[in-house]
Amino acid sequence: MANGSRKLSWLRAYASVYMVFLYAPVVLLPIFAFNDSTVIAFPLSGFTTDWFASLKGNSALKDAVSNSLIVAVTTAMISTILGAFAARAGVRYRFPAKRGIMGLILLPLVLPEIIIAVALLVMLMRLGLSLSLWTVIVGHVLVCVPFSIAVLNSAFSGLDQSLEEASFDLGETAWGTFRRVTFPLILPGVISSLLITFTISLDEFIIAFFLTGTDVTLPVYIWSQLRFPAKLPGVMALGTLLLLLTISLLIVAEFFRRRSAQRRGLDASTTEGLI
Amino acid sequence: MTAAKAENPKPIITLDNVTRSFGSVQALRGVTAEIREGEFFSLLGPSGCGKTTLLRMIAGFDEPTSGAITLDGKPMAGIAANHRPTNMVFQSYAIFPHLSVADNVGYGLKKKRLPKAEYDREVEEALKMVSLGGYGPRAAHTLSGGQRQRVALARALIMRPKVILLDEPLSALDKKLREQMQIELRRLQRSVGITFILVTHDQEEALIMSDRIAVMFDGQIAQLDSPEALYRKPNTQRVASFIGVMNFLEARPIGEKGDKISLDIQALGLLDIPASALPEGMAASEISRVGVRPEMMSIVLEGAKSTGHDIEAEIAEAEYYGDMTYYLVKLSGKDEPVTISMRNTAGRAVLEAGSKTRVSFSPESIVVFQ
Repeated sequence: MANGSRKLSWLRAYASVYMVFLYAPVVLLPIFAFNDSTVIAFPLSGFTTDWFASLKGNSALKDAVSNSLIVAVTTAMISTILGAFAARAGVRYRFPAKRGIMGLILLPLVLPEIIIAVALLVMLMRLGLSLSLWTVIVGHVLVCVPFSIAVLNSAFSGLDQSLEEASFDLGETAWGTFRRVTFPLILPGVISSLLITFTISLDEFIIAFFLTGTDVTLPVYIWSQLRFPAKLPGVMALGTLLLLLTISLLIVAEFFRRRSAQRRGLDASTTEGLI
Repeated sequence: MTAAKAENPKPIITLDNVTRSFGSVQALRGVTAEIREGEFFSLLGPSGCGKTTLLRMIAGFDEPTSGAITLDGKPMAGIAANHRPTNMVFQSYAIFPHLSVADNVGYGLKKKRLPKAEYDREVEEALKMVSLGGYGPRAAHTLSGGQRQRVALARALIMRPKVILLDEPLSALDKKLREQMQIELRRLQRSVGITFILVTHDQEEALIMSDRIAVMFDGQIAQLDSPEALYRKPNTQRVASFIGVMNFLEARPIGEKGDKISLDIQALGLLDIPASALPEGMAASEISRVGVRPEMMSIVLEGAKSTGHDIEAEIAEAEYYGDMTYYLVKLSGKDEPVTISMRNTAGRAVLEAGSKTRVSFSPESIVVFQ
């Protein structure tokens, strides 16, 4: 009994330390974003919303945000479409060297990003293409497609093949079957793929840093701001906003996923490929 | 109704030497058959016999490697499933989980772009046909297994196809519900008059529901007959033991005299059986075994008079089923016990293992095999 409770208290201590390590930095972000001092240190000196207000009039920041949104939205859409093709082929069809091909497509998942970034940069230079947001998008798609495939793979493998056959059998065309049966049923997977690839692209730094031209994305902008200590609280405020955005996106996605799972009579706690 | 069918056995589907290979595996080795308009036809066989492959080829999900399928006079080669006048009830039912019951049933009708009122009326009618009137607005996932099965059926019926294909539609239901659905499906098929083709591995189900049954083994039709003919006159030992229980006894033909064949049968001794027992195309000299169904033999109760054809026996085991008792009985001159079923009528006691008794049988019920 005594032994059992000692074990339990050790487990508790371990869990607490782990959680602090994991979330302390995240909690510090909003704390200093509202702190009335340019120095990032305790004790706190007072409450202010000036840092948030200062973000408002910053046109360089606005450009970076809109660049990032363009890159992230485009990347999310392209990689989800490509990922859907690959996942569908991987789940449904048998073809020669399938494992090898799927393995190659998933490889960027484990390749160091800096290698991808440098290799892409060299290749684009050789091809004589100028760097722009489009080159960033190309790099991001390369990195995001494997994630999209992983998510959509389980969406497609959870789809009973006889549903598509039934639709076909009832006179529907291949496109009609996709529109009326396949797409609604993989929609939760599509949404989570869009969300994951959007998030990955939004905070990706290395590839964006190497492949962008004069237009910077948000992470590159933040990095450039870190050189000026006076701007640090502003970065904290920006980080807080990004944190809120990410959390609300996740909540919205989870809400839609649960609703669709319920509608289909599945246990809402099944993840169906959402991470 | 049956008389009209017999007069006019117009084929709705003809299968002409249909084969299908998957790589080196031959799933179908030349199936030739005619399925008549308006009949309830079953493809019966163990798993892997090719029955589902055949059904999927009729539906248009697969193409024969060689041979031809003709449906309603039209060759089906190259015609996809969505252009064939067939509709399928899938083993998993394949109910669209994101749609309501009404949207599931009306799925194929949507293409026809009917006015809303007419569409609603047709859907409700189809639902009523399967006793699910008023279930339209429900979400499909709230239905029970039996109800899903009915929705799948209504979804096929509403298309008014020439043929409805059923792929083991009752295998997922529990026994009680399955028996109820067998009767209901049969009744529905008779009332709508659409040709039904059922794939099943359950011989009892096939016997109950079908007008005709094709028994399939190893990618071929072993016998195609009415349920009664299949049961009473199976043409091979394999068909005989697949459908119901059959006791096999070694036999040796001795001679033929007129419409009788004389056989020397293991444990039963010398017997004359009617020549009509001989299947078409088989000579009396080819007989090597005979079969007797469990209900065609009976245990002679004490004090009953001998009918002339009875033999010494000993009860080895008794299995009590309530309405029936199945006895495993050792006949003198045969090592393996034979199975005999007896109705448990009023006042009849169940005999215990080890009791000595006599077994009687009628020579007319004996089936002969090569």
